[in-house]
Amino acid sequence: MTQQAAGGVPHRPKLSRLFKLQWEPAQDSYVLLYPEGMVKLNQSAAEILKRCDGERDSTAIANDLEASFSLTGVQGDVDNFLTVANERGWVG
Amino acid sequence: MTGTAEVATVATVATISPPLWLLAELTYRCPLHCVFCYNPLNYAENRAELTTAQWIDVMQQARQLGAVQLGFSGGEPLLRDDLEELIAEGHRLGFYTNLITSGVGLTEARIARMKTAGLDHIQLSFQDSTKEMNDFLSSTKTFDLKSRVAKLIRQYDYPTVLNVVLHRHNLDHVERIIDMALEMEVDYLELANTQYYGWGLLNRAQLLPTRDQVVRAEAVVNAYRERIGNKVRILFVVPDYFEERPKACMNGWGAVFLGIAADGTALPCHAAKSLPGIDFPNVLQHSVRDIWVDSDAFNRFRGDAWMKEPCKTCPEKTKDFGGCRCQALALTGDAANADPVCSKSPHHGQVQTILLQSEAARSASGQAAGFQPMVFRTDANSLRLGAKDAALEKARFAGPTLS
Repeated sequence: MTQQAAGGVPHRPKLSRLFKLQWEPAQDSYVLLYPEGMVKLNQSAAEILKRCDGERDSTAIANDLEASFSLTGVQGDVDNFLTVANERGWVG
Repeated sequence: MTGTAEVATVATVATISPPLWLLAELTYRCPLHCVFCYNPLNYAENRAELTTAQWIDVMQQARQLGAVQLGFSGGEPLLRDDLEELIAEGHRLGFYTNLITSGVGLTEARIARMKTAGLDHIQLSFQDSTKEMNDFLSSTKTFDLKSRVAKLIRQYDYPTVLNVVLHRHNLDHVERIIDMALEMEVDYLELANTQYYGWGLLNRAQLLPTRDQVVRAEAVVNAYRERIGNKVRILFVVPDYFEERPKACMNGWGAVFLGIAADGTALPCHAAKSLPGIDFPNVLQHSVRDIWVDSDAFNRFRGDAWMKEPCKTCPEKTKDFGGCRCQALALTGDAANADPVCSKSPHHGQVQTILLQSEAARSASGQAAGFQPMVFRTDANSLRLGAKDAALEKARFAGPTLS
């Protein structure tokens, strides 16, 4: 059974098979595509989801974001976002 | 072209957002004969279909414009033997590709080929949870076949939507329908209450449920949602005749949806062909960009400049866009009126009367479903109804009384 963190978020979140993440020039943003629908993502949401590969845990995702964008203290934001993403079924 | 005109053109383009949805109604041919089909009644009068190359050209143009969802529909899209080729091209262009099918003709070989071609999602329709009602409403023997197809779709791990159109004859089966969706392990269940267009409008008197049925079905749906969580996500498309506010039809005219009929006619909604006095452009004569941005048809009800009262000054106009143009026409005779589903519409009483008449007819006939025969979507009926077009216009206002 998949190990889960608090809030039911999987330990190593992975983008759900129902969703496709891609860059849309016409929207000037990343989007999540699913049956007959689309969600427009802001940049931080997209960068977190890109790293939901089923191998990294939320700490690794946060560390990677901090290193990539010269940021600090993003762990809380990552965890909050993953909770929402999990509720919406974007990650599993 | 003068500099001023160029600036004006640029300004227009900037205010019109790109289409997001390209719905390719590949063919009006269909092995099923569903009584609630939204296809035009006279579909059989025009059997022209775009070629593979023409469809690919449309897909490329629409993608260029910004469309991101591509639906293959009909009729039954599987009747096109170039479907896999079109899916492959859609996938290559970066569309999210959706197949909207009855399942008839969906062999394992084709399911496998479509997976390789890059098909993202399959929406499979059932007419009911029971073999008898499924087969009756579609006038076919397809329940067992559809059940086998559902297993194959699961086996190939497609994201799956099970679609069931709801009405008087199956609303009381919602519990069994949800159980069927759970057994099939689909990802979404779309419980789509009948929208009264095309064949659905013609058969409205036989399809309209009672308010009690709707209330009970919604309670069942909510109880299941509570219990099953996200295991199967249930979408309940409300039966708008029972509402006080209209649906945000197509999210606004010319806002996100671009439908292309089998013969290449471009439509701002599935049922738009029912609107008189609009010359819908064809992709064989015009570029998709010209159609979307500049055509009279796509600008006719775009934004809110066309609105009359009560929509014109209504604070909710940015939310529901005045509802559905086709419904306004069908029930009030003027497509620019507020959708009469809205309680603010002076024609709202019309909807109430239809509901009352339907209930009265139903109790008078002692719950009998067949007090007036349903008209199945067949080529013969289509040709007959096309010929009776004038009579039909009249019937739209009085209710479906054609025999």
